[in-house]
Amino acid sequence: MSNGYDLELINVTKKYGDALAVDRINAKFKAGSYVCLLGPSGCGKSSTLRMIAGHETVTDGSVVLDGFDVSHLPPAKRGTAMMFQNYALFPHLNVRDNVAFSLRMKGEDKPSRYARANELLEMVDLTALAERLPAQLSGGQQQRVALARALVTKPKVLLLDEPLSALDPFLRIRMRAELKKLQRELGITFIHVTHGQDEALALGDELVVMNNAVIEQSGPAREVWSAPKTEFVARFMGGHNVIAFEGGKVALRADDIRFETTGLAATITSVEYQGAHVVLNARTAAGEDVLALMPDHKFFDTPKNPGDAVMLAWDEGRLHRLQA
Amino acid sequence: MRKPRDFIAYLQAAPLMAVLLAFLIAPIFMIVVVSFWGATEFSIYPAFQFDNYAFLFGSPVTYKVFFATFKYAIITWAFTLAIGFTVAYFLAFHVRTQAMQTALFLLCTIPFLTSNIIRMISWIPFLGRNGIANQALISWGVIDEPLEWLLYSDFSVILAFVHLYTLFMVVPIFNTMMRIDKSFIEAAYDNGATGLQTLWHVIVPLTKPGIMIGTIFVVTLVMGDFITVRFMSGSQKANVGRLISNDISLLQYPSAAATAVVLLCTVLIVIGLLLRFVNIRKEL
Repeated sequence: MSNGYDLELINVTKKYGDALAVDRINAKFKAGSYVCLLGPSGCGKSSTLRMIAGHETVTDGSVVLDGFDVSHLPPAKRGTAMMFQNYALFPHLNVRDNVAFSLRMKGEDKPSRYARANELLEMVDLTALAERLPAQLSGGQQQRVALARALVTKPKVLLLDEPLSALDPFLRIRMRAELKKLQRELGITFIHVTHGQDEALALGDELVVMNNAVIEQSGPAREVWSAPKTEFVARFMGGHNVIAFEGGKVALRADDIRFETTGLAATITSVEYQGAHVVLNARTAAGEDVLALMPDHKFFDTPKNPGDAVMLAWDEGRLHRLQA
Repeated sequence: MRKPRDFIAYLQAAPLMAVLLAFLIAPIFMIVVVSFWGATEFSIYPAFQFDNYAFLFGSPVTYKVFFATFKYAIITWAFTLAIGFTVAYFLAFHVRTQAMQTALFLLCTIPFLTSNIIRMISWIPFLGRNGIANQALISWGVIDEPLEWLLYSDFSVILAFVHLYTLFMVVPIFNTMMRIDKSFIEAAYDNGATGLQTLWHVIVPLTKPGIMIGTIFVVTLVMGDFITVRFMSGSQKANVGRLISNDISLLQYPSAAATAVVLLCTVLIVIGLLLRFVNIRKEL
């Protein structure tokens, strides 16, 4: 499905006065991939996205799209389109006029821009609501309008700034499935900023985890989750324990932990039954808290209670040494 | 169960109702009543006759004066809108910090700490035949003789109106503009709109309620004014307000009342028409 537009960030830096928001980041995104920019608030992920979009100037470095340096082009000339966090639908225009807005700015006549807008409305399944004003739509519908408006320009890269954060949890899961499906169908690159690791794992072919203005780790979603490079990534992605082991810090997946007769001595501090899984918290002799995630049948073969002493064990090679 | 609740609600609304009744409804009612009375050279007497209205609508002066009033209102409106929109736009979108915005906004209001009349009269020495404006133009060699139309003309009347009432345009427009989400402007830019296109297709439509409120202020103020026209035209120009004030000075109260009723209806019709175009309710 790839149509050959690679996006590359080269030493991209953003400074607000003296404050460094993005510090010389480098990344290359394959054409047609779903990329999730992930990190806690204030890590520089939104600034990065806005620099790709052209809504923030690049202090230093370049944004290269399809072999062209677009760092100093206005947003509409870059081949990117942005979907805003609050959707930013024009409240005085109906759905169809919102979608056709960029075509109108280009001076296309009414029949041709409405024809194109109708195509997109059909794609997002909103044809019936074309005459409504944004205020008369639900959050999910507004999001689909915003999506149609961004896609009407046929962008090479679609930039999504926390697109699901304004939706309720149920709708969020439905919309993320729609986003993924749409991206597959269109075959263009999506760059999606989020602070939720579950969202990023569900959607992203590639993850870029940012913290303190730099990229902590980037790569395929599975690689980032199963082999975190730094303590920050291990903790932020969740499901990992970070413990001191043989003179360094290591990451250990919570679901890799078993109870054996030999191993790391610990005391159970809490047990939580969650249906398919049982979540156990234990404290090691060294005073570190360890999280263990066990399938329920395994746990109930040898049930444990808070206060029980256990030996924690794991298979050879499941420990990941973390960079300091 | 319902009755006492209703009673309390009426009681709570009563003070406002009393104020409106005493200071708005009663005077207007009185004016309407008096407008049907009769008058001689030296007295007025209660009656119910249409003489005042018949005279008013039968006189060509009335139409001329109403036309002049509309002319002042429309020209003043156009200028106050252009200036007011520009000032509000600058304050809302070009001034970055809120402290600076507040400071500049207060600066706009400082002239309004003085009285209307003083601000108006201070134009006279400036615009007069041997005033500062003419002297400066002559000394620069732009003109050879003083410009006569600078003072006591439609020009000076409209200049004073614009000066007096532009702030009434700035305030509501600025207020509406401040509520425009900045992401709309970014979204327009993202969709390839130029600065002018963003202004016309996004900012102006979203500012309409503010423009409409400012328009109502300016139009009602100008149409009801008489003192500005009198001072700035040296009593050479007339509008409806002056017609009424002349009648009053001649003790022709019934005739003045009839003119006032017609003016009131005219202004209400104008506002009614304006409100049909834009819904300002969400701004209030």
